[in-house]
Amino acid sequence: MNEILQGYNFAYLDEQTKRMLRRALLKAVAIPGHQIPFGSREMPLPYGWGTGGIQVTAAVLGPNDVLKVIDQGADDTTNAVSIRRFFAKTAGVATTTDTATATIIQTRHRIPEFPLSENQILVYQVPQPEPLSKLEPSRGETRRMHALAEYGSMHVRLYEDITRFGHVAISYDYPVMVGGRYLMAPSPIPAFDNPKLHMMPALQLFGAGREKRIYAIPPYTNVRSLDFDDHPFCAGRAPHPCGLCGSETSYLDEVVVDNKGGRLFVCSDTDYCETRRAAGHVGADA
Amino acid sequence: MLETQALSKRFVLHLRDGISIPVLDAVNFSVASGECVALVGPSGAGKTTLLRNLYGNYRADSGRILVRHDGAMIDIASAAPRQIVAVRAGTLGYVSQFLRVVPRVPALDIVAEAARGMTQDHARETARHLLLRLNIPARLHALPPATFSGGEQQRINLARGFIGRHPILLLDEPTASLDAANAEIVITMIAEAKAAGVAIVGIFHDANVRDRVADRVFQVLPLQDAA
Amino acid sequence: MIADDSLIAARNLSLHFGSIPALVDVSVDLWPGEVLAVVGESGSGKTTLLNVLSGRMRPDEGVVWYRDPAGSLADVHTMPAPALRALHRSDWGFVQQDPRAALRMAVTAGGNVGERLMAQGARHYGNIRAEAIDWLRQVEIDENRVDDLPRNFSGGMLQRLQIARTLVTHPRLVFMDEPTGGLDVSVQARLLDLIRSLVARLNLAAVLVTHDLSVARLLAHRIVVMQRGVAVETGLTDQVLDDPQHPYTQLLVSSVLQA
Repeated sequence: MNEILQGYNFAYLDEQTKRMLRRALLKAVAIPGHQIPFGSREMPLPYGWGTGGIQVTAAVLGPNDVLKVIDQGADDTTNAVSIRRFFAKTAGVATTTDTATATIIQTRHRIPEFPLSENQILVYQVPQPEPLSKLEPSRGETRRMHALAEYGSMHVRLYEDITRFGHVAISYDYPVMVGGRYLMAPSPIPAFDNPKLHMMPALQLFGAGREKRIYAIPPYTNVRSLDFDDHPFCAGRAPHPCGLCGSETSYLDEVVVDNKGGRLFVCSDTDYCETRRAAGHVGADA
Repeated sequence: MLETQALSKRFVLHLRDGISIPVLDAVNFSVASGECVALVGPSGAGKTTLLRNLYGNYRADSGRILVRHDGAMIDIASAAPRQIVAVRAGTLGYVSQFLRVVPRVPALDIVAEAARGMTQDHARETARHLLLRLNIPARLHALPPATFSGGEQQRINLARGFIGRHPILLLDEPTASLDAANAEIVITMIAEAKAAGVAIVGIFHDANVRDRVADRVFQVLPLQDAA
Repeated sequence: MIADDSLIAARNLSLHFGSIPALVDVSVDLWPGEVLAVVGESGSGKTTLLNVLSGRMRPDEGVVWYRDPAGSLADVHTMPAPALRALHRSDWGFVQQDPRAALRMAVTAGGNVGERLMAQGARHYGNIRAEAIDWLRQVEIDENRVDDLPRNFSGGMLQRLQIARTLVTHPRLVFMDEPTGGLDVSVQARLLDLIRSLVARLNLAAVLVTHDLSVARLLAHRIVVMQRGVAVETGLTDQVLDDPQHPYTQLLVSSVLQA
């Protein structure tokens, strides 16, 4: 359906670069949650638009893969459309918006609502891979802290939140412990999505282009959100049903619909919402 | 209880071209349990030096200072600092002329902290009685003694020395700043301690006090030669 | 020769910064529950000795032995980094002269005290907070200040907060570098009293670096006098201060103003 651009290697990157990326990915899968440095390349999009994710996708993409790209859950935003079109042109792979048929899903800031399977790979775009960066500015020191599993200071941050607000006020990029060993930043997904990281059947890969780091969560890995015994982790969600499909369990976006203060809560996962509506679910505002 | 063998002490003043001042030369001294020995001699003869040597506050140059501690004789002159700390805690009590304490600590606490083998409440109760007996009124007990008069400070010092009930007690001019009535109380307390078997070595400036508490006197004579 | 019951035994420590000797053949012992003061003027090697004893700085020569609670000796400078860091997190404490450098100024008093507990694995908010409040009380900080940021604390309070933060894990050994330096005299007195009673009540061993002889007299059982990297005199605190033997100690003692 797409015309493949002539003069480019399959999936844009040269084979040596993909080899380097795959080595980093293998290492990342072998040490779940541990950040692996890699030689990040210049990509034809600016930092912050998914240069890390796009390189990881390019490294794992094969001719028979079906690619889905979402940005904040939506398939139809500029970033998602551009990246999807980029791989359609440079690799000639099939693309889709359907979560179930995709084999590789590149995502920015969300995990799809439909459960993923063992045959799928989820690629995250990561702006800041270091969960300790807010507490400890020195890279050398954070590496030592990871090496020695000294994560007590991370709990200081949670302690401060509970002291000030009565609960942990981290609403996205909520830090997790992977496999009981490494503290990891799950990228800016909402804390609502954190439970999905745990024991996910799909392989999860994380790419940070500007920071030049790759990390991974292999299938069926224990992922625990940091918390206190007496203040257990709880995933928050706006207390409304989706205005379009009526879902009471999905993560919602708040959309301002007019300039008189009118607003609408809709599923952030557009594919999930459309699939439900196609099946006959109707929300109050549909 | 306490015995010196050929104890010698000299001070070398390095800041005065290394001038050497001998103070004690081959002193042989002893005190028994229940006995009070008064050190006598002219001013500057070395009475305080001897007393401080016995306590381990001054270093002996030669000779031995034997103290019965926990059933064994320990030589203060050659003991390790930690041993001296242990001997002071368990055996040797010392009442200096001047009170030297952490500022801000109330008088009652200063005394109670010196008690041995008591619960904290018992120690405070004992300290309160001791201070009252020494005519330190209750309203002063909660105050730090920095602003007290010389006589009051000395009585706090005495209370601190006596509350520990050490088997050996060294007293440096215990009645120097006290009026007759308070000196009388101290004399009684010394007599009680002796009756309880405490060995006491003291410097008593007041001949009347000395005659009433001392079983015998020990002459400390000034050395003539300054090398 | 190392005593069976010593906590720290340092032997023949030497360290040079270029041609400047910071430590020259220094040997030090410390026993449980004992306070050792290291005195001397600026540049005499006091703080260097503290840093070498605590494993923060490696000597050119010599060894520092530490006896762990199980009774076995470990060489502080050859033990694995995780073991040394674990010591500093739990069994040891470090009190710096400047509390602002040791505390997290953007974290509440409670969070500062609780950090070492959380580093040890405490994961119950209520218990951590209760323990933090208990320690604030022990260092005479009003428990209402538990949720306040230390930037609003006075210098003396900051230092007491640092002490609470250090002692919350019940260390056996505390290194203190001029803990009363830079404080007003009245605040100093209060802090001295606090340190003295805590050390006695918790049976802490401490290495205390100070240039203030009166601080050493009030807190320390034993004293080491340093001059140009050499431990020129060591012994019982009152013996060294009242009957100094070495010319430098005599100079030091005679230079103090009598209040």
